[in-house]
Amino acid sequence: MSRMLMAGLTRAAPQLICLAVILLLNWLAFPGFFDMRIQDGRIFGSVVDVLNRGAPVVILAVGMTAVIASKGVDLSVGAVMAMAGAVAATMTVAGYPLLVVLLAALGTGVLCGLWNGLLVGFFDLQPIVATLILMVAGRGIAQLITEGTIVTFIDPGLIFFGTGSFFWIPMPVILAVLVTAMAVLLVRRTALGLLIESLGVNRSASSYAGVNSRLLLLLIYAFCGLCAALAGIIVSADIRGADANNAGLWLELDAILAVVIGGTSLLGGRFSIVMSVLGAIIIQAMNTGILISGFPPEYNLILKAGVIIMILLAQSLSRTGFLHVLRPAPTQTAEAKVKRA
Amino acid sequence: MNTRLLPFYATLFIGVLAYLICVIQFPGMFSTRVAGNLLTDNAFLGIAAVGMTFVILSGGIDLSVGSVIAFTGVLLAVLINWNGVHPLLAFAIALTLTTLFGAAMGLIIHYLDVPAFIVTLAGMFLARGLCFVMTTDSVPINHEFYTMLQSLYWRMPGGGRLTFIGGLMVATFAVGILIAHFTKFGSYIYAIGGNRASAELMGVPVARTTVGIYALSGFLSGLAGIVFSLYTSAGYSLAAVGVELDTIAAVVIGGTLLTGGVGLVAGTFIGVIIQGIIQTYIVFDGTLSSWWTKIVVGILLFAFIALQRILVWLSTRKASALGAH
Amino acid sequence: MAEPPILLSAEGISKSFLGFRALESVDLHIRAGEVHALLGENGAGKSTLIKVLTGVHQPDSGTTRLNGEQISVRDAQQAQKLGIGTVYQEVNLLPNLSVAENLYIGRQPMRFCLINRREMEKNARALLAQYDIHIDVAADLASYSVAVQQLIAIARAVDISGNILILDEPTASLDRHEVEVLFTVIRRLKARGLGIVFITHFLDQVYAVSDRVTVLRNGKLAGTSLCADLPKLDLVSLMLGRTMAEATHGSRRQETGPVHREISFKGFGLGRSVAPFDLEIGRGEVVGVAGLLGSGRTETAKLLFGIDIADSGTASIDGKPVKIGSPRDAIKLGFGLCPEDRKTDGIIGDLSVRENIALALQARRGWFNRMRQSEQRALADRFVKALDIRTSDIEKPVKFLSGGNQQKVILARWLATEPRFLILDEPTRGIDVGAHAEIIQLINRLCGDGMALLVISSEIEEIVAYSTRVRVLRDREHQGELTGASIDTGTIMRTIAADSARIEA
Repeated sequence: MSRMLMAGLTRAAPQLICLAVILLLNWLAFPGFFDMRIQDGRIFGSVVDVLNRGAPVVILAVGMTAVIASKGVDLSVGAVMAMAGAVAATMTVAGYPLLVVLLAALGTGVLCGLWNGLLVGFFDLQPIVATLILMVAGRGIAQLITEGTIVTFIDPGLIFFGTGSFFWIPMPVILAVLVTAMAVLLVRRTALGLLIESLGVNRSASSYAGVNSRLLLLLIYAFCGLCAALAGIIVSADIRGADANNAGLWLELDAILAVVIGGTSLLGGRFSIVMSVLGAIIIQAMNTGILISGFPPEYNLILKAGVIIMILLAQSLSRTGFLHVLRPAPTQTAEAKVKRA
Repeated sequence: MNTRLLPFYATLFIGVLAYLICVIQFPGMFSTRVAGNLLTDNAFLGIAAVGMTFVILSGGIDLSVGSVIAFTGVLLAVLINWNGVHPLLAFAIALTLTTLFGAAMGLIIHYLDVPAFIVTLAGMFLARGLCFVMTTDSVPINHEFYTMLQSLYWRMPGGGRLTFIGGLMVATFAVGILIAHFTKFGSYIYAIGGNRASAELMGVPVARTTVGIYALSGFLSGLAGIVFSLYTSAGYSLAAVGVELDTIAAVVIGGTLLTGGVGLVAGTFIGVIIQGIIQTYIVFDGTLSSWWTKIVVGILLFAFIALQRILVWLSTRKASALGAH
Repeated sequence: MAEPPILLSAEGISKSFLGFRALESVDLHIRAGEVHALLGENGAGKSTLIKVLTGVHQPDSGTTRLNGEQISVRDAQQAQKLGIGTVYQEVNLLPNLSVAENLYIGRQPMRFCLINRREMEKNARALLAQYDIHIDVAADLASYSVAVQQLIAIARAVDISGNILILDEPTASLDRHEVEVLFTVIRRLKARGLGIVFITHFLDQVYAVSDRVTVLRNGKLAGTSLCADLPKLDLVSLMLGRTMAEATHGSRRQETGPVHREISFKGFGLGRSVAPFDLEIGRGEVVGVAGLLGSGRTETAKLLFGIDIADSGTASIDGKPVKIGSPRDAIKLGFGLCPEDRKTDGIIGDLSVRENIALALQARRGWFNRMRQSEQRALADRFVKALDIRTSDIEKPVKFLSGGNQQKVILARWLATEPRFLILDEPTRGIDVGAHAEIIQLINRLCGDGMALLVISSEIEEIVAYSTRVRVLRDREHQGELTGASIDTGTIMRTIAADSARIEA
């Protein structure tokens, strides 16, 4: 067991070093970074803050990992967050009990995911194209639900999911850990992990081997929708309201970035949920770092762009060797594509 | 009839139908005044959509459009208002930068052989981030040259005004159509979108064309940014959020296949106008809310993607019925 | 009659890929005004040779001469400039562009810096008129039949190159009338003095249009001859590598009385893919399927396994009707299929040997009935040993294994599901001699254990060696079944070579 742990740590070394450097820089910029204190039955401190604020993206990244491993992508998660938040807020205000509110909001996410999965798995649309539809229409639907206003609520039950804590630990962190643990159990204790990877690497060969790829895709996108809905509930509970315009804005991109930083290839196949979670934490640590250094929070957009370019460069180098970059090699690619066709 | 043009005819039909419905309900919409406003209000969207049409025709996607528009706006405001640069020179600087920016993305997409959406995603972050580096405030632009351009218009019969930026959009579409159908570059774009490997075997310069496509998209995003700053008289970092989605929607509703190779620049024009008509309708109605635009656009997007999927499916079925394989 | 001058000659061409010898010292001489047929089974080296001639691959050794001058072709563009034009099987034109654009892309006539479409279309009409094609050149290429597209591709290649024309399986998806139109064009081009290389697997077509034929087998030159000097049966012998004199011994396996054949297909067929056929197979039987490429052999396998869904006929097991609507249905019935194209349909390249072996069993067990790691490892270890799969580690990605070992991994994947009926499509193609023999032994062993096998192969002597019965396919039809003593290479080859109804020679 410890050998497996060591192997895992070695594989995660670049990401762990990256996180360590960012945390170190944060500490240099703000010496109190690692301070923690307990107040009102809850831990406070910058590190906890990173985890707390990073929770929605962590949860999104868990769902997105499964989608990307299947050689897809889900652009609609931000819009689904807005929809789920809108459903939760509106129903709470209308006086429905908490359980019904939560089920309805999560159900919204699953429904959106099933729609995406239907388009990708059964109608064979490209994932980008299929999920673009909800990305565009989703915010409109969310605004339809909230009737264009920011619906605020005071229901303590729902608010608890955003700002509450349990055994001193903030609720979003608990939820993120729970989702991660359940997802890891689900893919590693059942056959789903193997089947998703096989589907992502070679869908045709997987079908020949009897993998039910259509149903599997449906399930993957539905799960991603569920994660998005949970993230949406947390975000709206945090601000005690549903903002259809801004809830989850650009978070689909953060989620994709988290998965890519975690080392799962955009071309599908091998994936690691834990690594994606690590990727999401790295992103949040960068956000927090920029914030406490006194820069405007939007500066980290440049940082993210830099990170994407570096990763793409690194992946390209490791895929084809250093020469590939220096020498235009499209003829090889073209030939490979002819063979595939 | 050519089935590939079916989505275009569908767009044309929907556009005319939508306009007729509007006119029947609100006869006031049948005027050159409304037509002129449609062009002016959607000028920046239309110009950016021309660039997006080329990108999508080649089988790619450009998510950086909205950010580049905002970047251009902020850059112009900073140059003109704070540094006293003449607008014309500022325009030249902005267009040069955005064109280079697009070309750089094209280079990465081609030579690193990575999906366009992730590269242009980085571009989107970068451009938006650079806005904030320059300023996070909304900077108004006050310059007599701007006032002059803003007051330029041609009075159409019926009292409508074709403003400078509205005219610029129409001109951009005209040039776009010329590029698409009457230049080698245009035919290369269609060729790469049709089948990159075949295009390469047929001697199409894939590398040069790919870089050119994204450079063109960058240039047109820059031009759209100039138009946007003329329209709003300001530069603001958070402007034009999500415009890339509106342009993609306009291109798809305009009948262009999202997988590339098939579509018309003229279709995109109608796609932009349809979005404009929906907004105008909502304004005229007064009781409907603006979010209906997004929902209707989403429904149209789905309808067109479904239509294209059915056409592709029919054509492969025809092909498999023809050939043994 | 004097021999026409040699236009293009390739001598001693060798080419290896990762240690695999695709071509070994092959010669090819193409003469002006001659149609030269290039024949060989899949993997014989035809396409590698063509790619060397057109600059897609660089040969390891050998020289190429054009009109007597030594040339080295660097890329497809240079080949075009030298006058070597190629038309591939899947027409590599752009269906979304107009006919005229396809003919002139990159060299459109310009006026005032813009393309002169009218001029371009006028030129296109004039060019196609030479081939007797009178169509609307402004319409999309996709609106025309494959046959017309094929002719347009030829017109383009000749217009650009005009010296040597290579036609890679141009008739694969054409009907009889279209083939005749194509042949008329080929004859006309021949009269203009072009050297034409014609690759096909339809023997009748070779005799209908070719002057000379070169046969490749396993990357080596099997023979070159004038068509007139080579009877069809000799040609088949050249392709399959056995002369009639040697090929007389019958099957080792004798039918042992009446067997109960529990798996039965009646009138199974699909459109133009395979004509309806009957097939019964039972325990301990190996049905060999012989036929040339394109005869419907792979299509038969896909039909039996539910990848393509039959539009006629019924299937039953032990008399009970069963439905085969997907590979999963077939797997539930205890079927397995090792596909012809290992890379695209067989291996999951990035996954490990262990995972590849466990995949089909796991998929059948269901999502929530996971095979534990230890169970998967035990399974993989067992098959690595039993099939002698050579890998340093069962955790190694399967894409790093050699072709023969990859094939064994896929075999292991199916054997792990303990199938009652296993279909093997070209199980020995492209693998080295040692692995080849092992797979044949394995087929015999499985059959001895009571499995029913259907083995498709282009190696006739191999089929003869292990089959209890042999199906011969030709022109997408099951021509008949050979049993017992009648199984011998001679009979099989004669059935394959029999005049087909497709085209009268």
